[in-house]
Amino acid sequence: MKKTTKNIIYIALLLLIFALSYVVDIIAPYSMLVTVLRKGAVYALVAVSMNLLNGFTGLFSLGQAGFMLLGAYTYAIFTIPTAVRESVYYYYEGGIINFQMNMILAMLLAGVVAAIFAYLIGLPVLKLKSDYLAIATLGFAEIVRALAQWDGFGKITNGSNLLKKFPVLDNTTQYFLIVAICIAVIAMLIHSTYGRAFKAIRDDEIAAQAMGINLARHEQLSFVISAFFAGIGGALLAIFQTTVQANAFKSAMTYEILLIVVIGGIGSITGSILGSFLFIACSEWWLRFLDEPMFIGTFQVPLLRTGFRMVVFSVIIMIVVLFFRRGIMGDKEFSLDRIAKLFRKKAKGDKK
Amino acid sequence: MSNILEIRDLTVSYGGIEAVKGISLDVPEGEIVTLIGANGAGKSTTLKTIAGLVKSKTASIKFMGNEISGMTPDKIVTSGITLVPEGRRVFPNLTVKENLRIGAYLRKDSLEADFEYVYGLFPRLKEREWQLAGTLSGGEQQMLAVARALMSKPKLIMMDEPSLGLAPLVVKSIFDIIKTINEQGITVLLIEQNANMALQAANTAYVLETGRITMTGAGSELLRDERIKEAYLGKSKKEK
Repeated sequence: MKKTTKNIIYIALLLLIFALSYVVDIIAPYSMLVTVLRKGAVYALVAVSMNLLNGFTGLFSLGQAGFMLLGAYTYAIFTIPTAVRESVYYYYEGGIINFQMNMILAMLLAGVVAAIFAYLIGLPVLKLKSDYLAIATLGFAEIVRALAQWDGFGKITNGSNLLKKFPVLDNTTQYFLIVAICIAVIAMLIHSTYGRAFKAIRDDEIAAQAMGINLARHEQLSFVISAFFAGIGGALLAIFQTTVQANAFKSAMTYEILLIVVIGGIGSITGSILGSFLFIACSEWWLRFLDEPMFIGTFQVPLLRTGFRMVVFSVIIMIVVLFFRRGIMGDKEFSLDRIAKLFRKKAKGDKK
Repeated sequence: MSNILEIRDLTVSYGGIEAVKGISLDVPEGEIVTLIGANGAGKSTTLKTIAGLVKSKTASIKFMGNEISGMTPDKIVTSGITLVPEGRRVFPNLTVKENLRIGAYLRKDSLEADFEYVYGLFPRLKEREWQLAGTLSGGEQQMLAVARALMSKPKLIMMDEPSLGLAPLVVKSIFDIIKTINEQGITVLLIEQNANMALQAANTAYVLETGRITMTGAGSELLRDERIKEAYLGKSKKEK
């Protein structure tokens, strides 16, 4: 296939996706599909940001929920309209912030705040390797969550109360657009010289160092950029949920994202995106029926009850991890060549 | 001829144990200098210290007259020293070409001429340009490791056991390449267990035993020396 035709097909696919995201709001507003597409898009961004760190740079960090929390809070705190602050910060006399920021600026600020925290945390924490780094970053996320709920910061964070009434996005296309821009930036970074250096560090730290790659600086860079996009992802999650509360950003959230990265394929951007939509669709939608009691005539199907969905879901994940150890995509990216190859192989197989 | 690299009193210790005990050595510009010695003599440590990967307590390492001890590895690479690490250590999940690009990571200028140059030295790499480095054979990986190091346009290339685990024929071709590179004006500091090959190629040789330099001389001279042969049979260990 020629390069230009391929590019045309890719662009067409992208436009098609955006068109669908636009149409879905019109045909089926408030449907499960809309929920899945929006939440899936948000998780896709966070999964790709985690993949940048874990898959491309080889740093095993579990701090994503913490950075998302920082992003979500930053966004919420600065965008609540001044008129309703009194009612949101009911217990804290309206809080101390008395202005409202533009949505897009607040989203960028959400990323910047997360990135600044990542920079400061990274200075000591990135000296640790593998499992120790994971434990330290996990600890960081938990500390951030505890601090956000602390009464002492109540005038800013509203303590353990909800932050709400901030502006939200009202159509799916906007989610897709923001997520697509962010992922495109990450993809460009991965294909730049920096991205190559990240991969070199992942493959062999000592050799990378011998080639003159400054380990500390590049690891820090990857950590900060990953946190920046996790922060924006957090802001988007706040928008999706319409309320923010620190309790939602438990380590379980980080594990969900890690799972998406693993299922999609460590080191594959398109894998993370596919994995995210599949994961959200399964956990929110396709497996819902397992939570409802079901009757065939007078016979009640056994096992189906609230919570059974999660059991089945866990089993599916175990199967994936056991038998598709490299995830859906491995470390490959989605490409037309690959699909064409697959079909050619099939056609050959059929002839035999 | 002037010395491109001068090391004085290099001492390196790992967790309280001295691996290198105050060695001094000179690498004259444009020569092939080899450092031979048994396993654990401190050869790799010496190279890693020059490259800045390992810090030494007390040393003066002068490269083209400038003190480089204590500098970070990236500064050392920029100044013109490059290391081909032991066991090749190519980046297995990057393509051959990406590996080469990483070798030139600190350079800002155009690389096209350098790709031509290393592909000229190693035509096999040109054929395998888009292949993942992890799928290359051992010999090809060694070629890639050398080519990758050359991409930084070094004045001094240090090689850590380039013959390790390679078939004799491949070893010979690697040594031919080393000589070719040297003829093109790049100084080579080579450490080897394969003393025979190394001494044949080298202008100057140092013998390192348990962290100390015990002999120095021209390669051809040491090649004929009875004591060298004995040292290689493990005499130094018995003496200890």
